[in-house]
Amino acid sequence: MVVDLLGAEWADRVFHALADPTRRDIVVRTLESEHSVSALARHYPMSFAAVQKHVAVLEAAGLVTKRRKGREQLVRGDVGTVRRASRLLDALEAVWRDRVDRMSEILAEPDGGTP
Amino acid sequence: MTVTHVHKDPDALTMVITAELEAPVERAWQLWADPRQLERWWGPPGYPATFVEHDLRVGGRAVYYMTSPEGERHYGWWEFLAVDPPRRLEVHDGFADDAGRPNYDLGVGRMVITLAERAGRTEMVITSHFPTPEAMEEMLAMGQEEGMVQAIGQIEGILAGSAS
Repeated sequence: MVVDLLGAEWADRVFHALADPTRRDIVVRTLESEHSVSALARHYPMSFAAVQKHVAVLEAAGLVTKRRKGREQLVRGDVGTVRRASRLLDALEAVWRDRVDRMSEILAEPDGGTP
Repeated sequence: MTVTHVHKDPDALTMVITAELEAPVERAWQLWADPRQLERWWGPPGYPATFVEHDLRVGGRAVYYMTSPEGERHYGWWEFLAVDPPRRLEVHDGFADDAGRPNYDLGVGRMVITLAERAGRTEMVITSHFPTPEAMEEMLAMGQEEGMVQAIGQIEGILAGSAS
């Protein structure tokens, strides 16, 4: 859990995703409201496929979610990943899960962990 | 699988963790009441906790520090608000300077621990209320590489910089 959330791999994915100005702009726009990929594509001087690629990178980092509506793909910024309080709570949850694991190990000792 | 339920409220900066422990309530209480046992589970591997004070009575204080692999000490304190063995413990918690004197800059948190018997086992519920996101970061920084904690806090800053 701690490794997943705080591990170097997680940080690498998120910071790589945010290293590109177009991708940062997509996150900011889609946090405000849901956008279709084609609507997003109109904002940038690049092909639909290139924008779709950017969205895929953001999706892999957990910064946006995608859903299908008819022939459109709608993209929305994931507030949970972006919001600091949510991420900090996730990290603290991992800390407490590890603590409870250690408690259980102490209780499982042959003498019940009593000195 | 000992943690059975987790509820997080990012708006209230509150988290409730429910866990089931394979021990009677009296035994589980000792995990909190005995500072030598607390030291064995509070800090993660590599960041051991040392309780230098643990005055388990209403109005009493606990003072502890966590030692990083580099030998740096991060101090924290509790003030016991309710002590009802073996069922309930309530503390204010905060950070302290190197002499163990409370530092109120990041605010004061609150933690309520309840233990209840469930067929010979113990259901433990820990409710944590954090005063500020900065206090949450400091809490994390006590037990892991500071760079990782900074990384968690940075996303909004990066996005805010590109929003104009």
